[in-house]
Amino acid sequence: MNILKSVFLFYYEGFKNMTVGKTLWFIIVIKLIIMFLILKPFFFQNYLKSNFKTEEERINYVTKELTVPAEQQNQVEKNKIIQ
Amino acid sequence: MLNHVFLSVLEWSRLQFALTAIFHWFFVPLTLGISFIIAIMETIYVRTGNEFWKKVVKFWMTIFGINFAIGVATGIILEFEFGTNWSNYSWFVGDIFGAPLAIEGILAFFMESTFIAIMFFGWNKIGRKTHLTASWLTAFGANISALWILVANGWMQNPVGMKFNPDNARNEMESFWDVLFNPSAIAKFLHTVTSAYVLSAIVVVAISAWFLLKGREKIFAKKSIIVASVFGLLSSAALIITGDTSANNIAQTQPMKLAAMEGLYKGKEGVGLSVFGILTPGKEANDGKDAFLFNIEVPKLLSFMGYRNSDAFVAGVEDLINGGFVPSYSDRDGNKITAELSAEEKIRRGKEAIASFAKYTEEKKAGNEVARDGARDELFKNINYFGYGYLNSPSSIVPNVPLCYYSFRIMVGLGFLFIIVFIVMLCGVLKKDREIGKWALRLAILSAPLVYIASQAGWIVAEMGRQPWAIQDLLPTVAATSRVDASAVMITFFLFFVLFSILLAAELKILFSQIKKGPNISNE
Repeated sequence: MNILKSVFLFYYEGFKNMTVGKTLWFIIVIKLIIMFLILKPFFFQNYLKSNFKTEEERINYVTKELTVPAEQQNQVEKNKIIQ
Repeated sequence: MLNHVFLSVLEWSRLQFALTAIFHWFFVPLTLGISFIIAIMETIYVRTGNEFWKKVVKFWMTIFGINFAIGVATGIILEFEFGTNWSNYSWFVGDIFGAPLAIEGILAFFMESTFIAIMFFGWNKIGRKTHLTASWLTAFGANISALWILVANGWMQNPVGMKFNPDNARNEMESFWDVLFNPSAIAKFLHTVTSAYVLSAIVVVAISAWFLLKGREKIFAKKSIIVASVFGLLSSAALIITGDTSANNIAQTQPMKLAAMEGLYKGKEGVGLSVFGILTPGKEANDGKDAFLFNIEVPKLLSFMGYRNSDAFVAGVEDLINGGFVPSYSDRDGNKITAELSAEEKIRRGKEAIASFAKYTEEKKAGNEVARDGARDELFKNINYFGYGYLNSPSSIVPNVPLCYYSFRIMVGLGFLFIIVFIVMLCGVLKKDREIGKWALRLAILSAPLVYIASQAGWIVAEMGRQPWAIQDLLPTVAATSRVDASAVMITFFLFFVLFSILLAAELKILFSQIKKGPNISNE
């Protein structure tokens, strides 16, 4: 218990006595909030996990994706999207 | 299906990944190198007991802390992008790529949260030697973290130690040690960290030069320059060696990248290394035009660097497209190649591999075991060309030659400039009878932005030079992306751009403000 208390006090006093470090921690916290509470859930969902429920579905999907060679790609559709 | 992987998605995804990686790399190299410079300075403090060095260490620790805090976790965004924009890639390599990244995440968290805390909070609470140990462990911990990331990157440049499993469309690790000791990974790690040491040494020298130019903190600045210049010179020597090792490795595993880096279209024996040249604008492979308008080269050096034989044949872009030559490199399994295949033939074999993979899946579903096994054998006969099957034309194996050529020369040229800066600054501070000239101080300060340009140029060579591949020969970027909406990737690109710009501005503001305050050591 004394060790845990010492570790806690070590970090607590360390954080308390910081000067420029407080600003940096503020930036870190804001950054992590933006990354994990905004970007990750709203903009960066895992494509395979969010679109397919089971491992089997993911395997089937990726296999389908990877077994279409280049000449079968729909170039016309691609060109529309580029514009 | 791949017909839904629109070009714009690919380009936005690549652009976004490049933006994130470039931004991340603004912070990483300084962390990797300055942590060692600080540990060396603290060693001097512990050995001499001179409180002056403690103040020196504390100042550079503040710079380290600012850089670390702003940069920390920026690399995680790259992992977000893998899952969202590069789902085919993530699935295809997940088992290989995941292991080193997971180790890195765990190591980074535990080592950094423990030792950095001791480093910053431990003054006057723990013994000097214990604190010094924490400082060294912080430096080693950061570098070990980098090792795992670069192992993952090295695997993409030269995939080894795995086998493709057509049952789950994934590459599965067969040998962790082959992945870890992959020559491409080792070469990349050593070259990357030594470049980071040079970058850090230049940053310390540049900031110290600014103090000298302002007539402030002269002893602090001179002592810092001595430590950083010696560290920088030793790192530069190591950088030259690791650069040579990298070039040798690229010659063996990525001959097209080497050809692009050198603007070499027609291969020959005893090829010289281009020191500097002007490439012919609009030059295309097999168009009959000269590659250079003007070129200065060191005779036979490229052959020697690539294959340790000054008369070795080095393949050019056109050779690699047309095939039919006897290469100086071996195939992926280490066997001598009697005649290199043309890109067209590789594409044909790649398409056969993909068709065999499709057939394997169909026959497996239908329960036709004999046909399934036959398709499997066909697939593995051509597996080394698998990725070529997604390419439309032989010319698509050529990366952007001018970008690779000029980026490489920027990186190398600036690398040699930094050696001059270290020598001039070191000689300048060691001469007691006169001060360093203002021109030298200004050159040192100018070197700070230049060293970041050199560092980023190195990554441009490494990553643009391997195009069109996400994984060399196995998966081109066009087959690696997700079927996501291009506009969604575009929006997050601009979101990142704004976020990163704010973070960078915040770092620079805090950094400059701390530098202006200075270490507050008596001025002499």
